[in-house]
Order: sequence, then C-alpha cells, then structure tokens
Amino acid sequence: MKARKILAASLVLLLIMAMLAGCSNQSNQPQEQQNQGAQESQSGEKLKIGLVFDVGGRGDLSFNDSAYAGLERAAKDFADKIEVDYKEPSEGGQDREQLLRLLAENGFDLIFGVGFLFTEHIQKVAQEFPDVKFALIDGAIDGLDENSNIACLLFKEHEGSFLVGAAAAMKSKTGKIGFVGGMKTPIIERFEVGYMAGAKYIDPKITVYSDYIGTTGDAFKDPVTGKELALKQFKAGADVVYHASGASGVGVIEAATLEKKFAIGVDSDQSLTVDPSQRPYILTSMVKAVDVAVYETIKSLVEGNFKGGYRIFGLAENGVGYAVNDYNKDMISDIQPKLEELKQKIINGEIKVPMDKKEYEEFEKSLNK
Amino acid sequence: MFLAELLASSLRMAVPILLTALGAVFTERAGVVNIGLEGMMIAGSFMGALGSYYYGPYFGLLLAMIAGLFMALIHAVNTVTFRVDQIVSGVAINILAYGGCRFLSLAIFKMATTSPRVSGLPKIDIPGLNIGFLKPLVSGVSPVIILALLLVPVSSFIINRTVFGLRLRSVGENPLAADTLGIDVFKMKYAGVLISGALAGLSGAYLALEHTGMYVEGMTQGKGFIALAAMIFGNWEPVGALWASLLFGFSEALSFRVVEGGAIPYQFIKMIPYVLTLAVLTGVVKKSTAPAADGVPYERGLK
Repeated sequence: MKARKILAASLVLLLIMAMLAGCSNQSNQPQEQQNQGAQESQSGEKLKIGLVFDVGGRGDLSFNDSAYAGLERAAKDFADKIEVDYKEPSEGGQDREQLLRLLAENGFDLIFGVGFLFTEHIQKVAQEFPDVKFALIDGAIDGLDENSNIACLLFKEHEGSFLVGAAAAMKSKTGKIGFVGGMKTPIIERFEVGYMAGAKYIDPKITVYSDYIGTTGDAFKDPVTGKELALKQFKAGADVVYHASGASGVGVIEAATLEKKFAIGVDSDQSLTVDPSQRPYILTSMVKAVDVAVYETIKSLVEGNFKGGYRIFGLAENGVGYAVNDYNKDMISDIQPKLEELKQKIINGEIKVPMDKKEYEEFEKSLNK
Repeated sequence: MFLAELLASSLRMAVPILLTALGAVFTERAGVVNIGLEGMMIAGSFMGALGSYYYGPYFGLLLAMIAGLFMALIHAVNTVTFRVDQIVSGVAINILAYGGCRFLSLAIFKMATTSPRVSGLPKIDIPGLNIGFLKPLVSGVSPVIILALLLVPVSSFIINRTVFGLRLRSVGENPLAADTLGIDVFKMKYAGVLISGALAGLSGAYLALEHTGMYVEGMTQGKGFIALAAMIFGNWEPVGALWASLLFGFSEALSFRVVEGGAIPYQFIKMIPYVLTLAVLTGVVKKSTAPAADGVPYERGLK
C-alpha cells in the first residue's frame, strides 16, 4: 500500500512537472520580448507595436511567419522609432481577446490581429480603447472610415489565383487541372473561382476538378484527406493541382511527388519550405504578402498618416502574386511573359477577375462570346 | 479502373482505423475502456515522424509503438492500479498527447504544428496480381497495410484460441471468477491496455510516415474515436473490426469521389460516411454484446 502511495505521488508530480514545462515554454518567448521592450521603453517615447498571432503561431512557414517577417523588418528599419512585441494565443485560441486587451492596456499604439478569427474581438476591444489603433489581417469589419481606429488589411486572393490558374492551364498537357480547398467558405471559394477563371481564360475547354476537404476549421490540418483528394484528381488525368488548404496542402504536395505531377502552393512560397526532394514538383505558389501589409501599416503609423478603414492589397500593390525562385524559374520561364502580360491586364482593369461563383459564371459567359 | 482506385483509397483510409480498432478489441476484452486511443495515435504520429527523421522509418515505427505503449502504461496505472474512472483517464491522455506533442515539436523541430518531411518504408508491389484491373490495388502498397491485414487473423487467433486469449476474455467478463481461479487479473488488464497502445501508436505512425510523409498537428482527425466505434460494430471481434473499418474507409473514399455541384449539396456529401454507418448500424448489425465487466474497475476483496 505504501509503495502505491509513493507511485501515486510521483505520478502526480510528473504530471505537474509536465504541465509546468508546457506552460513555461509557451510564455518564454513573449516574456523575453517583454523584458527587451521594458528596457527599450526607458530610453525614449517610442511607438509600441504589438501583434497577436493566429492559431498555429510562429513556425507555420506560412501565414503567421509572414506576418512576423513584416514586423521584424519594420522593427529593424524603424529601430529608433518603434518597439515591438508579439503574443501567441493558446492552443484553441480562446484567449485572443485577452491578449489584445493586455497589449492595449499596456499602452501599445498599434496592435495587429493576424487572421479573420480576430474579427469580432478587434471590433470589441477597439471600442474600449478608442486611442489605440488596431489592424486586422484578412478580416473585414463593416462601417469603418478613415477616422476609425481599425484598419482592415485585405488581399485580392482571386487575382493571384487567376495567375496561377493561367500558369496551370499553360503547363497542363492533359487539359485537366485540379483545385483542393480547405474549409468550404467564401474566402476559400475566392481562391477557387480566381483559379478557374485564369485557367479558362487561357483554355476555355479545360476541365477543372474541384474538391474541398471539409466544412470546419479542422479541414486546414487534414493532410490525409488532402492527399486522397489530390490523388483522385491526378488519377482522373489532372497534371497540375492548386491547393488552398493550409497544412492539409502537405498531402497535396505529397500526392504530386508520388505521381510526379505538379502542385501549386499557397500563401507563402512553398518551394522554399518543402523538402528539397519535392521542389521539382512545385510549379509555383500563390503568394500573399502579409509581411508587406504589416510593414506598410507600421510605416504609415510611423510617418503619421495611419488611416482607418480598408486597405486592399492586390496585384497592383504587390500584395499577391505568383512565386518565382531558384527552383522553379526554369519550369516557368517559358510562360512568364504571358503571366506578366495577364498581370498587367488585371492591373489595368482589362480583365476583371471574378470573386464568387456568380461573377464567375458571368466571366465564363463573356469568354465564350 | 475507377473501382480499383476506389478500393485502393478505401483500404488506405481503413488501415489506421483498423489498427486502432484491433487494439481496442484487446483492451476492451480485458475490461478496460480506452478512449485515450486518439491520444495514443497522436503520440504515435509525432514520435513516428521524429524517429524516422533521425534514424529512418523502421526506427520511427518502433518509436511510435513505444510512445503508444508509454501512454497506455499511464492509462493502465491510472485505471487498473488506481481504479480511476476510465473515461476521465482516457480524456486526460488525449489532452496530454496533444499538448505534449506540441511542446516536443516546438522544442525539437522549432515548429509548433508540423515536422519536416520524413521517409516511410519502401513501398512494395505484390507479385503475381499486377494485371490491368487490379494494378492500383497491388502496386506501391505500404507494408503497414499488409501487416494490418495480417494482424486480423492473428489477433482473432490469439483472442479466441490461445490460453492468453481465454484469460484476457475471462478477466473482461468476470474478473472475480478469474481471480478465484488463480489468473492474475491485473497482469491481464495491463497486457490488454498495453497492446492497444502499441497498435494505436503504429496506426499514428502509419498516418505520418506511410500516408503523408509528415507529421501535422491534428492529423489523426478523430480516427481514434472512429476506431472505437468500429470495434463496437465489429462486436468486440477482430474480424468484425476489419469489416467495420473497411466500411468506414470505403464510405470516406466514396465521399471523396462524389462530384460536387449537381443535385447533392456539399454538406450532404460530407455526411456520407456517417449516414452509411447509421444505415448499417440499424439495418445489418446484429445485437452487439460488450464484455460483461467492461469499464468496471476491479478491486480485490470487495467490501
């Protein structure tokens, strides 16, 4: 019986230690940053810029890391004018609002929320702190104007998707291409219709297979289903598949590697983040310059012309685009002139890229004329 | 060709469920409910990727099984030795696995949610059957799939035809009677839980190493719970678990292949696996009987 008690006690101790280890790790980085911040703030009245990450946090090689890159670049360029800090929400992200409020209470001047999940939280906290500026990436809040203390940073994903769709159509030998989306939402559908429009613009007879992984947020971390869907599309004859499915896209790229066909990455330049052995199978990526958006917003604050409302980053602003790097430049050099031409046409307004299913149908009709 | 592709996809989707369901049969037959299987799969998927990243796929699979075994040991100590509520312990294991994997992933890979790409076992072509129609089914098959299928008759034999199996079952049905006859009840329960952990770990490693070639946080997608359901449909029998897993795998593969945009709304397509399951449950499955002492902690010398 005594041995049992000792065993029980040691198990409890082990669990507590594991919990402590888990907690301390989460708060480590921000704390270091905070200390740094505290030291710097003694030296002068710098602007304080804070950023709260989306679920997944730093190290996702995509969305959050891109936001962080923008923050870091601004911190370097305006080193004497600003100081920065960032927070990572807990696993499910339930403490988003607390973190925003924490930064606001600590006298931060500009606070970023990375991802559309922050939409309602920023709306709420911004009302409580009218003197603090907020920036929301990828989410739209209704009824803002220049004098609001919220800036919504939005991207024209459909324009970037149009270009990679055109690239897919030009590279396809079978006349069939595919799309794998994550969670079925209007945001992801914007990627889909842009892609289809780009492909049809090049080849009106092209077949585009389109599948979604699921209807919940889990669809962005289900590489197993992602791979099965991509395999199905490849087996049906597709030879280029574009994914807009977050971490599930790992499965799509794996399927392309297995079948020796092409995948197209999303959000960041995925040729750079995948295993070197998979690089030959990534045609290009639809990049979304979250870093540019973050940097530009900080810059506007530093220069004293921060405006509330909506800032939209499209092809014209270099907010979206297709990726060219050392690994894919030989693969796409032959189609690049055409892609640049299309890009120019979109910027000029000659091509109006559809944003939803309805606009897409009209777009398709206009092509057939 | 389409049919063979469909079957191949079904099999790939069924195998992780099957492996975990086989484990579930062992633990429940010994009278311990283990809803921590999901967590053991998560641990397996992460440790499998970790092992494979450093020392190759064989080591990865081994490490995954050890990780599952370790999680199962915690569950066994909790539920068998200390008679903690088995559901509570299982839930704790799931949470522990989720947090633990994220912690280790950050510490080792410097990324919270994904590992680098890892290699799986060499894929094999089954000789003799590689003709036309069957080709997608027998070429480039993961050895783990074959292992999983072989484990079905092996498990069935162990549970129904060996002394060990008889003792395992007797402990699950009536531990007091088994104890009276000199069977070490606690040892048998430990054995059942540990086997389930090792199999769930292997199943997680299959997902990470053999299927996607990478660990992604949350990639098990609740398959551990589906495996429990498969075990129950399968009436606590390995062969039954096989059919149930294949049904789940098939309906999932089928839902991937129903084309969107016609008469069926998208959300309904995603329902196919569950609707099919419900239909089978109500229509085909005979009365299922759980082991009599399933989920009841055993205490020597009842008051």
